[in-house]
Amino acid sequence: MGTIIEAKEFSYTYPRRENQVLRNINFKVQEGEFIAIMGRNGAGKSTLSQALDGVIPHLHGGTVWGDIVVDGLNTQTASVADLAQKIGIVLEDPEAQLFTTRVDDEMAFGIENLCLPREEIIERITWATKVVRLEGYWDREPTALSGGQKQRCAIAATLAMKPKIMVLDEPTSQLDPIGTYEVFDVIRSLKEEYGMTILITTHKSEHIAEYADRVMVLENGQIEAFDTPQVIFRNAELLSHVAVRPPQVSSLAAYLNSYGQNIPRNEFPILLDEAEQMVRKLIGGK
Amino acid sequence: MANPIIQVKDVSYCYKENGPMCVNKMNIEIQEGDFMAIIGQNGAGKSTLMKLLTGLIRPVKGQIFIEGEDIAKVPVSIISKKLGYVLQNPDRQLFAETVREELAFGPSNQGIDEEEIKRRTDYILESVGIAHLADEYPPALSKGDRAKVVIGSVLVMEPKIIILDEPTGGQDYIGRYQIMNIAKKFRQKGHTVIVVTHSMSLVAEYCDHAIVLCNGEILLQGTSKEVFSQPEILQKTFIRPPQITELANRLKDELKIDETLLCVEEMGDRVLEHIPRKNE
Repeated sequence: MGTIIEAKEFSYTYPRRENQVLRNINFKVQEGEFIAIMGRNGAGKSTLSQALDGVIPHLHGGTVWGDIVVDGLNTQTASVADLAQKIGIVLEDPEAQLFTTRVDDEMAFGIENLCLPREEIIERITWATKVVRLEGYWDREPTALSGGQKQRCAIAATLAMKPKIMVLDEPTSQLDPIGTYEVFDVIRSLKEEYGMTILITTHKSEHIAEYADRVMVLENGQIEAFDTPQVIFRNAELLSHVAVRPPQVSSLAAYLNSYGQNIPRNEFPILLDEAEQMVRKLIGGK
Repeated sequence: MANPIIQVKDVSYCYKENGPMCVNKMNIEIQEGDFMAIIGQNGAGKSTLMKLLTGLIRPVKGQIFIEGEDIAKVPVSIISKKLGYVLQNPDRQLFAETVREELAFGPSNQGIDEEEIKRRTDYILESVGIAHLADEYPPALSKGDRAKVVIGSVLVMEPKIIILDEPTGGQDYIGRYQIMNIAKKFRQKGHTVIVVTHSMSLVAEYCDHAIVLCNGEILLQGTSKEVFSQPEILQKTFIRPPQITELANRLKDELKIDETLLCVEEMGDRVLEHIPRKNE
């Protein structure tokens, strides 16, 4: 497993703007990793997502410094069409990418443009439908689906392309708690069963604690930290600086400490099981 | 108690002829000045119910009354004076060149005179906290600010009822706090607020009443506390409750918890009660 994405001194300015929304971005992502990108609204998360699949700069224009290399292709010189076969992106607003009149057409559109044989197209959208659990919805109109169904339909359309890398920008912002876990489970299975590399932007700390291998924290267009969820979520100073909410169970430990307990920072729980153990240990004597 | 400002009587709706009922024989009363939450799974019928209230779609069966008036007999333009609707995706309703123009658009279409429009937009710019952005281009604003502009563009119509459809989806926690505080502020001024949301902690924190929808029907209806005291039924709609609620459930015997805990502080206090004192 080698490096699949590498950013080198990458900076970016939107057209007719002066400030760099991404500044000196350097990082490497290994093939098969599950990366969460966090940070406050406006930190540069969505801009970075779009820089990875070449939409920045090819579609938006603007000024770019440095390079991003995705599976051997430099995003500045490679075409969006070539990049699209390596890296699939699911936009923050599913409605922005849904445009057909039937769910199955929506899922098939991308791969139809790859000129695949009919049988293969049907096979792939059947698979993608199953993965996102939208069976029975093929003849429905995408715009008439519920918010969560729209998000899953958009994910399926990207999945059908079978990219090596999936970038998901807030894929669960309109999902209920069950739907959110479903989507995270789907994403995890893509990583585990198909070896896909996943990059996801989200504010849902509890889910990141459970699913992500590493967390990239953006602040004001720069990478503030890039480490495991344990290291990131136990760093209270960092979290309050970048306005990222820790998982609830970490907050519970902090609350207990503010009332005289002495739970060491490096033992703060981020997962449910860890929290259960912590509480049992604390109340153990009684 | 005041008269219900909204009354939904035996309302049913389906998107396709002979299709499944997305809203099935619903009965709801919302009192003036209430802060009401509508919760339920994706596809439960939340957004459909909101579209029915705004008159964007009309019931297949049943009636909806706003301030005692059957809205079937009233055009959407009249309903929109009473009821403001902030869509699930605020970016869908932004289109003007500046924030000020965005806010002025609604009232100017209702034939309100310039002076009054200026008074209203100035007031909203201030009270929503976007006065410093008045001349900015709305799509270029941050996500939190865009949401505030959209809420402002609805409030400027001075509706008695404000519907916020998942107002905090995708917002960071500062954005969430600011948006909900705007809602709280207008509620204190006597407006009725209806929030459609997946966030149980938001309901616990802000809402007086809650309605839980499931498959187009009302599963639970009552004060937020009443609703949260029915964990078995809630489990049907929210298989995975918030992390802290799940932790409380796992430790409910040890900590003698017999209700649904939603906040870190509540849970923290229970744990503290059960930690043995050192000198005991």
